[in-house]
Amino acid sequence: MTFTEFAPERLLAILPESLLFLLAVAMLTLDLVWKPSRRRILGWLAASGVTLILLATLAFGQPPADEPLVLGGMVRWDWLAFAFTILILFTAAVTCLISVNVEGVGNRGDYYGLLLISTMGMVLMASSADLIMLFLAIETTSIPLYVLAGFLKADDKSTESGLKYFLFGAVTTAVMLYGFSLIYGFTGETNLYLIADAMKAAGLSLLLVGGIAVLVLVGFSFKIAAVPFHFWAPDVYEGAPTPVTAYVSTASKVAGFAVLVRVMMLAFPSIDAFWAAILAAMAAATMTLGNVLAIAQSNIKRLLAYSSIAHAGYALIGLVALSVFGVASMMFYLLAYVVTNLAAFAVVILFARAAGSDEIKDYAGLSRRSPWLALVLLIAFLSLAGMPPFAGFVAKVFVFKAAVDSGLIWLAFVGVLNSIIGLYYYLIVLKVVYLYRSEDDHLPVQVPRPYAVALAACTLLILVVGIVSAPWLDWSIGAARSLF
Amino acid sequence: MNFPILSVIVFTPVVAGVILLFFPQDRHDWIRWFALAAATLALLLSLVVFIGYDSAEGGYQFQERAEWIPALGISYFVGVDGMSAPMVLLTGIVIFTGVLISWRLDDRPREFFLFLFILATGVFGVFVSLDLFQLFFFYEIALFPMFLLIAIWGWKVTREYAAMKLTLYLFIGSVIALVGGLVMVFSSGLETFDMLQLQTAGFSTTFQRIWFPFVFFGFAVLAGIFPFHNWSPDGHVAAPTAVSMFHAGVLMKLGAFAALRVGIVLLPEGARFWAPLILVLASINVIYGAFIAMVQTDFKYVIGFSSVSHMGLVLLGFATLNRDGLTGAGLQMFSHGVMTALFFAVVGMVYDRTHTREIPRLGGISKVMPLATVAFIVGGLVSMGMPGLSGFVAEFPIFMGLWRTQPIIAIVVVISIVITAAYIMRIIGKVFFGAMPEEFEGQFGDVLVQDKVALVLLSALLVLIGVYPAVMAPMVASGAEAVLRALGVG
Repeated sequence: MTFTEFAPERLLAILPESLLFLLAVAMLTLDLVWKPSRRRILGWLAASGVTLILLATLAFGQPPADEPLVLGGMVRWDWLAFAFTILILFTAAVTCLISVNVEGVGNRGDYYGLLLISTMGMVLMASSADLIMLFLAIETTSIPLYVLAGFLKADDKSTESGLKYFLFGAVTTAVMLYGFSLIYGFTGETNLYLIADAMKAAGLSLLLVGGIAVLVLVGFSFKIAAVPFHFWAPDVYEGAPTPVTAYVSTASKVAGFAVLVRVMMLAFPSIDAFWAAILAAMAAATMTLGNVLAIAQSNIKRLLAYSSIAHAGYALIGLVALSVFGVASMMFYLLAYVVTNLAAFAVVILFARAAGSDEIKDYAGLSRRSPWLALVLLIAFLSLAGMPPFAGFVAKVFVFKAAVDSGLIWLAFVGVLNSIIGLYYYLIVLKVVYLYRSEDDHLPVQVPRPYAVALAACTLLILVVGIVSAPWLDWSIGAARSLF
Repeated sequence: MNFPILSVIVFTPVVAGVILLFFPQDRHDWIRWFALAAATLALLLSLVVFIGYDSAEGGYQFQERAEWIPALGISYFVGVDGMSAPMVLLTGIVIFTGVLISWRLDDRPREFFLFLFILATGVFGVFVSLDLFQLFFFYEIALFPMFLLIAIWGWKVTREYAAMKLTLYLFIGSVIALVGGLVMVFSSGLETFDMLQLQTAGFSTTFQRIWFPFVFFGFAVLAGIFPFHNWSPDGHVAAPTAVSMFHAGVLMKLGAFAALRVGIVLLPEGARFWAPLILVLASINVIYGAFIAMVQTDFKYVIGFSSVSHMGLVLLGFATLNRDGLTGAGLQMFSHGVMTALFFAVVGMVYDRTHTREIPRLGGISKVMPLATVAFIVGGLVSMGMPGLSGFVAEFPIFMGLWRTQPIIAIVVVISIVITAAYIMRIIGKVFFGAMPEEFEGQFGDVLVQDKVALVLLSALLVLIGVYPAVMAPMVASGAEAVLRALGVG
C-alpha cells in the first residue's frame, strides 16, 4: 500500500464529511438567528441538506479504481467506505425528518447540529484507515450521541439514558484505546494497512496479538451492542428521545460494523480463525439473548432495543463467515435492518404523539385508528421477523447462506431457530395492533408530512430491497471486495 | 407460449389485494365484487393452464424464466408439471369459492381479502416454482397471512392460541427446511438454486441420508405429519370459514407438495432410506386421525382431524415411491382439497346460523338447508372412498401401491375407511337428519346464492373426477412418472 501524493481531487474523499460539517454549522447559526417560530423548518432543512449531500456523494464521491489511501494515510477511499457512507447518510436524513414534530427536539438547531456532527464522525469511522483517525472519529460520533440521548433535560429518563450511555461508552472506549496503544507500542505503526505486516515483522506472539484483538473488540462490541456489551442498550433506547433511539440503533450500529469489519480484517488476518470464533460465539449469544429478552418486554422501545441487539447478532454471522459473500451479506443485512428499523421507529414516534405512550398494550386498535400506519408497522415488523417479500427475508437468507458456505451450519441453525423466537414477539405486537380494540378507536393518528415522506421512503425501500435484491447485493459484494 | 400465464396467475391475487386497499373502507359491496372478479380471473386462468397442459408430452410446461439475483444463481423460474397443474387449479377453485363463502363477512373485509389474496399468491407461487429460493420465498409469503386471518377473524375462544401455534409450527418447519436447502445448494457446487439443475447434482448417499429428514419433515409439518400435526386441527377450528377451506384445502397440500418436490425429488436416495419411517408415521396419521375424529363432539374438529387422517394417505402414497402410490397421492391432494373445502364451507354455514358446533346440540339441518346437506353427503361419500367419486379414484391407487411395498401396513390402513364411514355417518345422521332442537325452529333460513354456487361447483368436481378420472389421472400419472425418473426407477 502506497501513500499517494496530495492532489486536490483527492479531497473528494472527504466530501460528505466536509459538507456535513458546513451543514451543522449552518444549523447552529440559524438557531441563533431565527425566531423560535421559524425554527420548525430546521428539520426539513437538515433533512434536505443531508439528502443533497447524499446525492453529491453518489455523484462525485465515488472512489477511483485504485481505491487510494488519502490525506497522509488517514482515510481510505474505497467502495466499502462509500457504501457505508451512503447508508449512514440515508439514516441521518430520515432521522432528521422523523425529528421534526417531536416535542423539545424538533425545533432546536443545536439538536440537528449535534446530529450532523455525529453523522460526520460516523462517515469518518467508515473510511478511517489509521488508528488515530479511527479513535477521533469514534469520539466525534459518540460524544454528540451522549448529549443527544440526554437531550430532554426535564425528563429524568432521558438524563439517565445520557449518563448511562456516556459511562458505558467511556469505559469500553478506554479498553479499546488500551488495545490501540498496545498495537502502537509493539509495532510503532498506526496505519491499519501496515499493522498486520508490522506485527509479523516484530515477531509478536499470537497470544499477544489475540489479547490485543480482544481488547479492541470490546470497544467495537459496545458500538454494535453485542452481548456481553449490550447492557446499556435497553435503558438508553428507552430513555432517549425516540428519534435519537432510532438513530443510535441504526446509524451508530452501522458505523460500528464498518469499523469492526475493517479493523478485524486488516489488522488481525493472522488470527482470523480466533477472532471469528469469538465473534461466532458472540453472534449466537447476541441473537439468543436479544430475542429471548425481547419476549418479556411491555414497552415498545425496549422491545425494539432487544430486537436490535438480536439483529446485530444476525449481521455478525455474515462477518464470521470470513468470505467476500459473508461481508457482502452483512452489508446487505445492515441495509435491510436500517430501512426497516427506521420505519418501525417512525411509527413509534407518531403513535407516542397521539397516545402519549410507548406501552405495547396501548397499541390496541391502531389498525382501526389508522389502517395505513398499522400496515407500515406490519411491514416493518414482518421484515424484522424475516418474512418475504420484505427486505428482512432476503437478508436473513443471505447471512445464513454465507454461514452454510463457510461450514458454519450450527450457526445457521442457531440463526433460524432465533428467527422463530423473533417472529413470536413481533407477532404479539401485531396481534395487539390488529386484534384488540381500544376506547380511542375513532381517533385517527395524525401523520405530519415529514413522517409521511420518511415512512413512504422506508416502506418502499423495504419492498424494493426485498424483491429487487440483485442490485443491492451486487453493490454489497462490490463493497466487500475492497477488503479482500 | 408468449403470454406469461403462470406469472399472471401468481400475481393476480396480490395485485388485486393491493388495489383493494384503495377502496373506501365502508363500501363492503364494492370490495366483495372486486375480490370476486379477481378470484374469478385467477380461477379461469388456472383452468386454462390445466386444460392447456399436454399430459402426453409431460415435463415442465408454460415455463418462464428471468434473472432475479444472478450473483447467487437465483432466478425467477416458473413452470408446471403433471403434479402441480392440478394443484394450481385447486388453488384457483378454493380462492374462488372462498371469496363466495365470505360474502357475509362484515368486519374489515378489505383487510380480510388483502391477507387472503397474499396467501393465495404465496400458494400459487410455491406450486409453480422451479427455483428453490423462489419456492421458499413464496412459501413464507403463504405463512404469515394465516396468523392475521385466524387471529383477527377467527373463532374468539381459541383464535389467538391457535394462530400463534400454527404460525410457529409452520415457521419452524420451513426454516429448518431452508437450512437444508442452503446446504444442498452449497454442496451441489453448482452455484444455482435452479431445482432442475440441482436434480442432476448427484449428492452422495451419506449426504442425502443426513439432510433428507430436515427438508422432508420441515415441509411435512405443513402437511400435518404425525407427530407434528397438532397445530392443524386447532388452526382449522379457529380459522374463519374461507381460511379453513384454504388452509385444509390448499395449504396442507403445499407442505406435501414441497416435501415431494424438494425432499423426494432432489434427495431420492434419502427418500429411499427414510421411506419406512415415513410409512409408519403416515399410517399413524391415517388411523390416529380417524379415531380422534370419531370421538370429537365439535363438528369442525371432526373435519379437522379427518384432514390429518386424509393427508396421511397423501404421505403414504409418496412413501411408497412407486407409480400407483405417487399417482394416487397426487389425485388425493386434489380430491381431498376440494372435499375438505366443501366440508368446511358447510360447517361454516351451519355455524353461522346456529352459533354452535356441538354435534349433540345440532339437528335437522337438512330441512332448512337442503343443498348444503346434499353437498355434505357428497363430500362424506368422497371421504369414505366410495366408488364413482373422486375419493375412490385417489385412494384406490394409494392402497394398490402400498400393497405392493408394505402389505401389512396396507391392511392396517384400510381400516381407516371404516372409521371414516363411522364418523361421517354419525354427523350426517345427527346434524342433518336428526330432530331439530326447538331453539332453532324457524330461526334461520337457507344459504345465500353465493354459497350455493360454491357448493355446487365443489360437489360437481368431486363427481366429475369420480365418474371420469381421465380428466386428471393421466396428467398426475405423467407427474408421477417424472418423480420416478428422479428416483431412478422410471
